[in-house]
Amino acid sequence: MTEFLQATVRGISTGSIYGLLALGFVIIYKSTQVLSFAQRGLTILGAFWGVYFASELDLNFWIAAPLAIAFAGVLGVTIERLILRPMVGKPVFSVAILTIGLDIILVVIAANLISVNIRTVNDPWGLKTVSFGDVVIPQKDVATIIAAALSLVLFTLFFRYSRFGLAMRATAADQEVSLAQGITVTRVFASSWALAAMLAALAGILLGAGTGVAPALGTKAIRALPAAVVGGLDSITGAIVGGLLIGLIEGYVTIYQADYLGFLGNNFSDVVAWVVMFAVLLVRPYGLFGTREVERV
Amino acid sequence: MRGRPGLITDYRREMAVFPSNTSAAWFGMLVVVLFWLGLNLPADLALLGATAAVASVGAIGLNIVTGWAGQISLGHAFFLGLGAYSGAVLGGDSGGRVTGYGWEMILWLPAAGLVAAAAGLLVAPLAFRLKGLYLAFVTLGLVFIGDHIFREYKSMTGGQGVGRSAAPAEIFGWELGKDGNVLGVFLEKEQKFYFFGLLLLLVMGLLAKNMVRSRIGRALGAIRDRDIAAEISGVPLARYKVIAFVVSSFYAGIAGAVLWMFIGFIEPSEFNLLLSIEYIAMVLIGGVATISGSIMGATFITFLPRIVDWASGFLPFISDSLTEGVLTAPQVEEMLFGALIIVFLIVEPLGLYGLWIRIRNYFKAWPFSF
Repeated sequence: MTEFLQATVRGISTGSIYGLLALGFVIIYKSTQVLSFAQRGLTILGAFWGVYFASELDLNFWIAAPLAIAFAGVLGVTIERLILRPMVGKPVFSVAILTIGLDIILVVIAANLISVNIRTVNDPWGLKTVSFGDVVIPQKDVATIIAAALSLVLFTLFFRYSRFGLAMRATAADQEVSLAQGITVTRVFASSWALAAMLAALAGILLGAGTGVAPALGTKAIRALPAAVVGGLDSITGAIVGGLLIGLIEGYVTIYQADYLGFLGNNFSDVVAWVVMFAVLLVRPYGLFGTREVERV
Repeated sequence: MRGRPGLITDYRREMAVFPSNTSAAWFGMLVVVLFWLGLNLPADLALLGATAAVASVGAIGLNIVTGWAGQISLGHAFFLGLGAYSGAVLGGDSGGRVTGYGWEMILWLPAAGLVAAAAGLLVAPLAFRLKGLYLAFVTLGLVFIGDHIFREYKSMTGGQGVGRSAAPAEIFGWELGKDGNVLGVFLEKEQKFYFFGLLLLLVMGLLAKNMVRSRIGRALGAIRDRDIAAEISGVPLARYKVIAFVVSSFYAGIAGAVLWMFIGFIEPSEFNLLLSIEYIAMVLIGGVATISGSIMGATFITFLPRIVDWASGFLPFISDSLTEGVLTAPQVEEMLFGALIIVFLIVEPLGLYGLWIRIRNYFKAWPFSF
């Protein structure tokens, strides 16, 4: 039972990171109709900014992390302006592949900046734990869950009540109509990339907290893609639910698969996300919460 | 063809393999030059040429499903790996930890293609259940799951960090893997590979060309351009998507088996996302939905490491070690993949093929601008 509870908390913690990344993915997809494979690169690069401000400039974590996130936001705007803007109106297919190219570049840059050493983001949690009875939970996991929940609430409020959030929702619903209503759609494009990059940076810093930042955290970040697909590409709720679902399943598989399904090999938890995605897509081709595409002839 | 070779007046000529006798003659000369090169290239370049030729086969495969049928496939690495391992298991020797059946190459080579094609057949139903973007994710998942299987299925692959030897390079009693005489001419091992790769590319390239200019190719193009319109015009979507996937993975299987036969050793972690992206880059840089483009792209990408290596001689920021310089040569290569994909998508969506057409048209009209 203890084991189960620990796996659950672990799973929710990883799941909320997937949720954050998937959320960025969905924001980009909804407002610009671009499928971004660059989330992995943005995550590693975001984590690097965390490392840079925290351990190279020796700032306090609570100053370094927001700075890193803000920096990532600026980077997101720059990427959108330089690379994605010329592709407006091109087939979705081409733009998706373009983001793959972008992702490779970002990953190489980040890997090169991080270099071979494992670097820390100077987070206050480290490897410390809290215990509730027998259940031992890393503090970092608690912090991750809280941070994710907080940013989720902030985002909901932003989309629901701010003027700009409304503009973003309008653009997601219909670009031409919102142009006609006087919304600067290009600004919406730029800010959705900024938001996604900021979410990715937050996720990267949270992933790097405790154990340290290494280019290998990209392998984890990429599993936010199946999470987004499981939830449905155009659903914010879906992103969160998908993230948590994948996180939980991974948590349980890590603990129990070796005992019960040993024939699936070592480290099966690394690929279970994709298996879940296959299963969900076979039953629901548009994910759990995605809207069915209606095509006009 | 006298008079106006650019003027096409009937459908038969529009669809011909060679639009005019002149281009057929040019093609013949190109083949002769390539064979002559095979006899004269130094060993390392011959091996690169051989790799480029076989990679072209793989790129043609990806182009059929992605370029003609318009279905994004990020899963090409999985099919390449499947081909490589099928070749190794069917053609290799059983020994130690891994199994092998020791078949002849004339059997294992098509079999490697067929195994990959069978996998393609299994994936294809997902392709007509899902559309466009969701399909990209499924094929992406395929790479990760395939990677896991290759690492863990130890009796087939030897397991991560151990690997296994690939299929032996021997056909009709000719040892491709050793220096020696072929038909009375002394050839080095790399030169034999080069000729084998070139012949394979000729056969597979012509087959593909004939497929895409037939009913099947037209149907695939129609599906890519507008699937609903295609279906209304009487193109059975499911059947043609299956054909595209099966043919594409067959090509990938053959290419994988031969590529790793050249290398001689298979390490299970090689079939990752980066390999898939390399093939996507070949197709995009070469030219979407063109056979000659696929070959140009594959050749370019295969020679890219060599070019970067050569450039690192006078570009001080590229170095061989992680601690010196700004970037290492492999990092520069990876970034170039990414950058080239982006640049070609934004500037020249038709790829090298489009560039070639532009240059040709410029000189055709010279000294006039149009």
